Amino acid sequence: MSFELFIQYVFAGLTYGIIYAIVAIGFNIIYNTTGIINFAQGEFVMLGGMIAISLQKMMPLPLAIALAVAITMVVGALIEIVFIRWLDRPSVLRLIIITIGISILSREVALHIWGESVRALPYFVGNEISAISILGARVSPQVLWVMGVCTVMVILLSLFFRYTLTGQKMQACSANRKAAILCGINARNMVTLSFMLSAGIGALAGCVMSPITYTSYDGGPDLAIKGFTVAIMGGLGNSMAAVTAGLMLGLIEAFSISLMPMAYKDAIAIAILLLILFIRPHGLFGRKDAAGLKEF
Amino acid sequence: MKRYLPLFVLLALVVLVQLVTSWTHTTYYLTQLTMSAYYSLVIIGLCLLMGYAGQISLGHAGFFAIGGYLSATLTTHNLVTYQDHTLIVLLKKSGCLVAGQDLYGGQLLVVQPWVACLVAVGVTVLIAFLIGGPVLKLKGHYLAMATLGFGTIVYRVVLANRLFGEADGISSVPPFPLLPGVAVSGGFGARVSNYYIAWGLVLIFMILLINLINSRVGRALRAIHGSEEAANAMGVNTAGYKLKIFMLSAGVAALAGVFLTHYNGGIGPSEAGVMKSVRYVAIVAVGGMASIWGALSMGVVLNFLSLRGVFGSYDDAVFGVILIVIMLFAPEGLLRLKLFTRLKKLRGGGQ
Repeated sequence: MSFELFIQYVFAGLTYGIIYAIVAIGFNIIYNTTGIINFAQGEFVMLGGMIAISLQKMMPLPLAIALAVAITMVVGALIEIVFIRWLDRPSVLRLIIITIGISILSREVALHIWGESVRALPYFVGNEISAISILGARVSPQVLWVMGVCTVMVILLSLFFRYTLTGQKMQACSANRKAAILCGINARNMVTLSFMLSAGIGALAGCVMSPITYTSYDGGPDLAIKGFTVAIMGGLGNSMAAVTAGLMLGLIEAFSISLMPMAYKDAIAIAILLLILFIRPHGLFGRKDAAGLKEF
Repeated sequence: MKRYLPLFVLLALVVLVQLVTSWTHTTYYLTQLTMSAYYSLVIIGLCLLMGYAGQISLGHAGFFAIGGYLSATLTTHNLVTYQDHTLIVLLKKSGCLVAGQDLYGGQLLVVQPWVACLVAVGVTVLIAFLIGGPVLKLKGHYLAMATLGFGTIVYRVVLANRLFGEADGISSVPPFPLLPGVAVSGGFGARVSNYYIAWGLVLIFMILLINLINSRVGRALRAIHGSEEAANAMGVNTAGYKLKIFMLSAGVAALAGVFLTHYNGGIGPSEAGVMKSVRYVAIVAVGGMASIWGALSMGVVLNFLSLRGVFGSYDDAVFGVILIVIMLFAPEGLLRLKLFTRLKKLRGGGQ
């Protein structure tokens, strides 16, 4: 493998990796406040992309993306309010099945609105053949957009959780829900907020990745499985570790293409998921005793 | 004896439906009823795992597909080019292979359907054994995702492999001669006999499962469902029971896959899809999780309606809505809504 090719693979891996990381962070935000794994997480990404594609025919691209993110956030909040908020101490099995149902429904709604065709947003800068040369590799400017936007998102999120009152409230709910309620935090609103937040970052990721990875109504589940793999790799609930794990998975996938047929690319991610579940269910960076305290 | 009463009712119903369709010349309904019976077989197997042992599986379509695909591959893959190989010669001598002619008169050497069926089910149970050990240690979300992952891998492998026909699947699978003169096939004349084969199989497994549920094993399973720790403390070998039930339910799914593949004369990758697994889970949930009669009745009704095309292009959406509505309002299943228990109480109070 030549050096240029190596760099090329690295860029491909990092692009997908950061997207997986964003999906994983979406999982983590909801998991931390509720203990729910939202199986419909991938659908937020799809919805964000699809809505932006429809809107950008009527308005400038940045506005369309902002609006798409806002709409997806509202959808996320509605999903929580309609399907989850009023349940009285639901069992994990029940929640799993409900979120799976939500993911099927969102997919079917998307199918009937946008049809089966694969769509894409236009490139933010240049077009599909414009490329920048980095260390001998040719990289589309959109790849830099994806990496830039996702990195900024990760930084902003960590700042949000650390320094804003709302972020700290959400953290409190995840650390100890009862104690948080006793301190006067409205835990239910924090749950709704966590659904909005994770819908929002999913939608934004869906928009920036749309020009290169395309958007289709059934793209959600694959992304959800990858995102979940990454979340588990980093240790469920640990968003910063998810970024590292996401980049790792992206790189592994990118280099696997050079060794194995393309068709097995997804199988590799899932095989890694199964391996990690079997060997280190608390994640590569998590501690076993800490994981033992959580409910799965 | 009381527990077998519903079985006689079911048997009577099966015969009655056949007679009515024959009189009214609507035997085309039997085709979908036969297919529904095979799908229901998967569902009652899954019901045992989910409802009684309390372990969710989002990968049962994977087991179904492994059974179906293995059987289809073995009974259609031509071994003529290897016929001088020692292993093939040995297999041929022991009667495991059948020779024949293909459409163009060329020589054809394939595995005998009985042998293929045994291999298919055996391999599936073995796979269930191998992955069951680590998978069943997981709980809740992790178990759901791990089984979902397994199902997806099966789907990807089937879709990417030339041997399994890639996106086209495998077609022209030969009939499966069960006894001389009786074969599992989709032929026009074999409609009635196949209807009885399918339902006979369902009846046999219902008897087996009812006995299993009402035995020591069944009580152990319910204890596991209630609380795994408590069951363990009472001396129930929880890991062993869970694994055995997982293997049993995978084997049942594989058998259903084998029969349905021979009946349809082929199998496609959609049988391995995640949506199929979700559909099986949905039906078990609607039936009330821990109720094989609920699972069976809902399995037949919903699959029949779906196969008749009643839901049109909203097929998947219907199952999604069913899942959500049942889990939101009646997590104990449709037949155990509060309304029904209240009615029962009223009746009980009157006596």
